[in-house]
Amino acid sequence: MATVELKQIRKSYGDHEIIRGIDLTLNDQELTVFVGPSGCGKSTLLRLIAGLEDIDSGDLLIDSLRVNDIAPARRGLALVFQSYALYPHMNVAENMSFSMKLAGISKPERDAKVLEAARILHLEDLLDRKPKDLSGGQRQRVAIGRAIVRNPKVFLFDEPLSNLDAALRVRMRLELTTLHRKLAATMIYVTHDQVEAMTMADRIVVLNAGRVEQVGTPMELYRTPRNLFVAGFIGSPKMNFLPATLLADPHAHTVGIRPEHIGVADEGLPATVQLVEHLGSESYIHAQLVTGEPITLRLNGESTLTPDQTIHLTFDPQHVHRFDHEGNAIEPVHKPQLKNSQL
Amino acid sequence: MAASNKITRKLAMTAVAWLVALVIAFPALWLILTSFKSETEAISRVPHLFFTPTLTNYAAVQQQASYLHFAANSVIVSVGSTLFALLFAIPSAYTMAFAPTKSTRSTLLWMLSTKMMPPVGALVPVYLIFRDLSLLDTRTGLLLVDALANLPILIWMLYTFFKEVPREVLEAGRMDGAGPLRELWNLLLPLSLPGIVSTSLLAIILAWNEAFWSLTLTAAKAAPLTAFIASFSSPEGLFYAKLSAASTMAIAPILILGWLSQKQLVRGLTFGAVK
Repeated sequence: MATVELKQIRKSYGDHEIIRGIDLTLNDQELTVFVGPSGCGKSTLLRLIAGLEDIDSGDLLIDSLRVNDIAPARRGLALVFQSYALYPHMNVAENMSFSMKLAGISKPERDAKVLEAARILHLEDLLDRKPKDLSGGQRQRVAIGRAIVRNPKVFLFDEPLSNLDAALRVRMRLELTTLHRKLAATMIYVTHDQVEAMTMADRIVVLNAGRVEQVGTPMELYRTPRNLFVAGFIGSPKMNFLPATLLADPHAHTVGIRPEHIGVADEGLPATVQLVEHLGSESYIHAQLVTGEPITLRLNGESTLTPDQTIHLTFDPQHVHRFDHEGNAIEPVHKPQLKNSQL
Repeated sequence: MAASNKITRKLAMTAVAWLVALVIAFPALWLILTSFKSETEAISRVPHLFFTPTLTNYAAVQQQASYLHFAANSVIVSVGSTLFALLFAIPSAYTMAFAPTKSTRSTLLWMLSTKMMPPVGALVPVYLIFRDLSLLDTRTGLLLVDALANLPILIWMLYTFFKEVPREVLEAGRMDGAGPLRELWNLLLPLSLPGIVSTSLLAIILAWNEAFWSLTLTAAKAAPLTAFIASFSSPEGLFYAKLSAASTMAIAPILILGWLSQKQLVRGLTFGAVK
C-alpha cells in the first residue's frame, strides 16, 4: 500500500483552470473521499492521479516517487469507473484477468487470482456471464474485482455508486467500507454525495472550484467547518445560515445552525411553519422567521406541527457556527455565550 | 370507423411503398428479364413481358469473354482495396474519435468534400503517375485507386462508429496496461465489429461498382466486371440481350452479397441517425 502526495497540482482546459494548485497528502491505508459539487474538479483530480489526464504543473508522488510522466498502468493504481466500464465482449472472468493477461501472468496464476477476487465479492457463480447479463450491483462488483486482482498500491473510485438505486447504494456502501477494512488498502473515493463521504471516509477532502476548502475527518468537518461552503455542504439537511444581527453578534457576519441543533419551545425566535416532511424516525420542519429568512429544523420522531402554525425556536449556543464577512469561520474562542433570551 | 381508416391508410402506404420500390428496382428487373430474351425480343418496340426464356445470351457471353477472369479481378480489387483502405481508415478514425484536435471536424468535412469532385478532374495526373510507375492495367493500381477513392467514406463511417464506443472502456484498458495497439486490437475492434463489417460491405460494393477508373486505367489483364460489361457495348454495335446477360452476370454477385447482408448494411448506413 502507499501514500499519495500532491504538490501544487494544476490543470487547465484552454483558458479554464480546473485544478488550481492543490497540495494534499493522502495517508497509507486510509480511505480518503474527495467531495464537492458538480464541476468542482474532483473527478479531474482523480484522473490526474490515475494518469488519464496530464498534469500541467506540480508534482504527483506515489510512495515518494514522482509519477507525473509514468503511464497509468505503471503507476500501480486501479480505477473503478462510475459507468463500471466493463469490457462488454468479455465475460466476468476475462474482464478481471485482462490486466494480468497483458502483464504476461500465467493462466493458472490468473485463474487463481480471479477466483480469489470472485470469492471476496461473491461472484463465483457469475464468472462465465457477460456484463449485459448482470445487474447493476453485480457489474459494480466485477469492476471492483478487476481492480482487486491487480493488487494495486492505491484504489481509485470515481462515483462508483451513483448509477445504483438508493437501496443498493446503501448496501454497496457498506460492502466497500468492509472491503477497505479487509484489504487495508489506500483508497481515494470521489463522490458528490456528502452522505457517502460522511459514512465511508477516514478523511474527507472538500473541493470547490478547483481548490481544497478543507481536509479532515467527517466529524471534524461537521463540527468545525472552516467556511460557509464546507458548513453548507457537509450535513443533511444543510446548515441554516442567518444574518448575525439576529443573534446580536457584533463580531460575526453570518451565523450557521444545523437543523438538528434547533429546538421548539414556548419562548424563542418566532417562526411560521410552512411544510412538514415526515421521515418516520424524524421530521423536517421548513419554516420562515418573522424577518423572512427560511429555516429548517430536524426533530426526532413524528412531529405534530402543522403548516401555518407559529412556533418559537431555540438554539444551543454551543452549536452556533459564526462566519466573518468573507465567509470564513470565526474561531470558537470569540463565540459569545448566547442565551435564548437574546434571540 | 377509426379502425377502418387506419387500415385504409396502411394499405395506401403499402401500395405507395411498393410502387416506389418497383420504380427503383425496375431497371435492374428489366435488365434481368432482357437477359433471358432473344435479341429480336430485346430490341422490339413493343416490350415483351411474356416470352420463352433462353440461356443462349449467357452461353454467348461466356464464349466471347472469360467471365471468371473479370470476376476474379473484381473480387481481388474490391476486397483488396477495402482491406488496404481499412489499414489506414481504422487508425485515422481512432485518432480522430479519441484524440480530436480543433481541426478534426474540418478535416473530416474536407475529406468528404473530395468525394464531391468528379474523378475526371484527377484523371490526367493519376494516369501519368500510373504510367510512370507501371501501374496501368494492373490489379495493384486499380486496388490503390479504389482504396484512396473510398478512404474518406470509410474514415467518416468508422469515426461515427468509434464515437459510440464508451471512452471509459478504453480508459479502463489503459489502466489495465493496454497500449494503443492493444487498445485498438483487444477493445475497439471487437466492440465496433458490426460497424467495421457494414463499412467494409459498403466499400466492397462501391469498389465493385466503380467504372470510371476501371475503364480508364485497365485494359485486359486487370479489367474487372465493369469493364466486362463495357466490352459488350462495342464494337459490333449494341446487342441488348447479350449486354443484359453480361450486366446481370456482373451485378449478380454483389446483389447476392447485398441481399444477404442487408440488415448489416441498413444498420451501418443509418447509424447515429436514430437512437
